[in-house]
Amino acid sequence: MNNVLVCIKRVVDSTGEVVITDDGQNVDGRYAGFTVSAHEEAAVELAVQISAATGGTGALFTLGDESAEEQLRGALAMGCTAATQVRADSSAYGPSDVAREIAAVVRDHEANGSSHDLILLGNDAADSGDFQVGIRLAYELGRPVVNGASTVTIKDGHAVAGVKGPEGHEIYRVPLPAVVTVLEGGVEPRYPSVPGRMKAKKVEIEVREPAGAPTGTKRVRLTLPPPQPSQVQILGTGPEAAAAVVDLFEKLGVLR
Amino acid sequence: MIVVLVETDVTGAVEVSRETITFARGLSASGGGVPIDAVVIGDLPCDPTALAEQLAAYGVRDVHHASGDAFSAYGGAAWAAAVQSVRDTTGAVVVTAAGTPRGGEVLAHVAARTGVAMAANVIAFGGLAPFTVTRQVVGGSAWEEMVLDERPAIFTVAGHAVAAEEAPSAGAGHLVEFQPEVEAADLVARVTSTAEPEPDLSGSLKGARVVVGAGRGAGSADGFGELLDLVGMLDGASLGVSRVVTSLGWRPHHEQVGQTGSRVSPDLYLACGISGAIQHWAGMASSKTIVAINTDEEAPMVAKAHYAVIGDMHEILPAINEEIRKRKS
Ligand SMILES: Cc1cc2nc3c(=O)[nH]c(=O)nc-3n(C[C@H](O)[C@H](O)[C@H](O)COP(=O)(O)OP(=O)(O)OC[C@H]3O[C@@H](n4cnc5c(N)ncnc54)[C@H](O)[C@@H]3O)c2cc1C
Repeated sequence: MNNVLVCIKRVVDSTGEVVITDDGQNVDGRYAGFTVSAHEEAAVELAVQISAATGGTGALFTLGDESAEEQLRGALAMGCTAATQVRADSSAYGPSDVAREIAAVVRDHEANGSSHDLILLGNDAADSGDFQVGIRLAYELGRPVVNGASTVTIKDGHAVAGVKGPEGHEIYRVPLPAVVTVLEGGVEPRYPSVPGRMKAKKVEIEVREPAGAPTGTKRVRLTLPPPQPSQVQILGTGPEAAAAVVDLFEKLGVLR
Repeated sequence: MIVVLVETDVTGAVEVSRETITFARGLSASGGGVPIDAVVIGDLPCDPTALAEQLAAYGVRDVHHASGDAFSAYGGAAWAAAVQSVRDTTGAVVVTAAGTPRGGEVLAHVAARTGVAMAANVIAFGGLAPFTVTRQVVGGSAWEEMVLDERPAIFTVAGHAVAAEEAPSAGAGHLVEFQPEVEAADLVARVTSTAEPEPDLSGSLKGARVVVGAGRGAGSADGFGELLDLVGMLDGASLGVSRVVTSLGWRPHHEQVGQTGSRVSPDLYLACGISGAIQHWAGMASSKTIVAINTDEEAPMVAKAHYAVIGDMHEILPAINEEIRKRKS
């Protein structure tokens, strides 16, 4: 039986145009909407698969303000059954602050008789891209950590994680309890079913105060990259441009 | 002292590591000529002495080579212990690496062990007092200025933040072999095998001479017929797709190009119905010639491409395929 905790974060949907708030401190999500990172969606799917395969539980963690409930409910609808929210302004929390808050919840749950023997996180968040919360958490808890796994299964009390490394497909086998950060691509996150959504609405979310004050993110300001001058040459409009395109193929020598 | 973790392949230091050393030289110069040392770890795929010479040409003083049983298989914590040991013996004030998965992982371990901040994907540095860096966030769509005041300052350098360039005046290569102490706990998470490869279907895509890219504009899982026909008519071509295409389940993930997909650098990238979001661009920016086919002449892909055709790919691709057949016969 494996009890998995999966950590997710509400982030601005940055697939469209990115707008920065007037104070230069955050990405403005008023128009873009919010989501969780693709890596975390994959982590939620893995948590649901692992807990189902072992008869354990898939629980969620997030640090964020009230609105982050939307992302928790979304992940509950995918099949997680419990959720803890540390209610705080996530933009004030740096990677080590977040790791400390997760560790505090894990220790507390453990003291109350419910342990999390596998903790999954996204490899990096789509907004801050810090690449380090999972590793810092592992050091906080004194657990081994595998980074950037796209597959995770459990075998004989070990997490077996597959990582696309520089030398090909690398396998790690670490004893539980462990921490694994997840990269998208190894599993297909499921689409929540209607009964899943109904169930998710009823789950009572454990809301907590932060365990400590944040030490900050060290951010001075955000800016947008300067636009690059365009040097595009328009070959034409519609099917009439086909000859010009094939001329170019010939010039580049790419026709078979 | 600036310490750079260097990744290697059969040719010596990989390009992104050489870029990182070039970046470090800028930092060194602004600090009055602080020496730069490199760390390489484990059984190297290249000759260590030749590597030391290659790195000397980039302005590296000593190349510290950590070897021993602890490094026979990769493990992030053990590698971090080696980097930390060099930092301790040299008293380094900066520890850096390329922003690769491995560079980011090892430096995050070092940051966690030393209890200091780490900045990922740095592209530039500003003032030294306080030490500020600019890094890519939001997948490259925004830049963050960040303070790195603690010592050592730990950061990874984003790919192509600077071009790799040899130093104007180079010293002689100097190799320092060492066997750092590694705790048992640091060896728990390491690669146990690379023997169960799921076939890496992206192989032909990564090395392709031509990539025909398709995005949401393909319209549906059935919308790839003309694209595949074109792939068949171009020399050394593969199909590459945007994330929208894989997340809608139209095509498998191994065909995805971008930040979380494959990185490609073909002679020709033909982007059909792809908007050119920064995360897609990250995977194909180094293509030699980029041609966009898009209904929207304001799409970022059109603005950034070398050539573009404005219009519906479902009308343009059949015309291109027809034209090729006509010229061939
Ligand atoms: C953390 C993170 C990682 C990501 N990683 C990746 C990644 O690795 N790879 C990736 O691709 N994306 C990635 N993305 C997603 C990325 O932000 C974009 O959402 C995605 O690239 C958009 O795909 P698209 O261009 O196919 O679709 P859209 O943005 O919807 O654009 C479709 C384009 O097609 C044009 N079009 C529509 N119909 C036609 C037609 N009939 N003929 C011609 N043109 C037409 C439209 O004008 C538009 O420009 C990532 C996002 C995040 C947040």
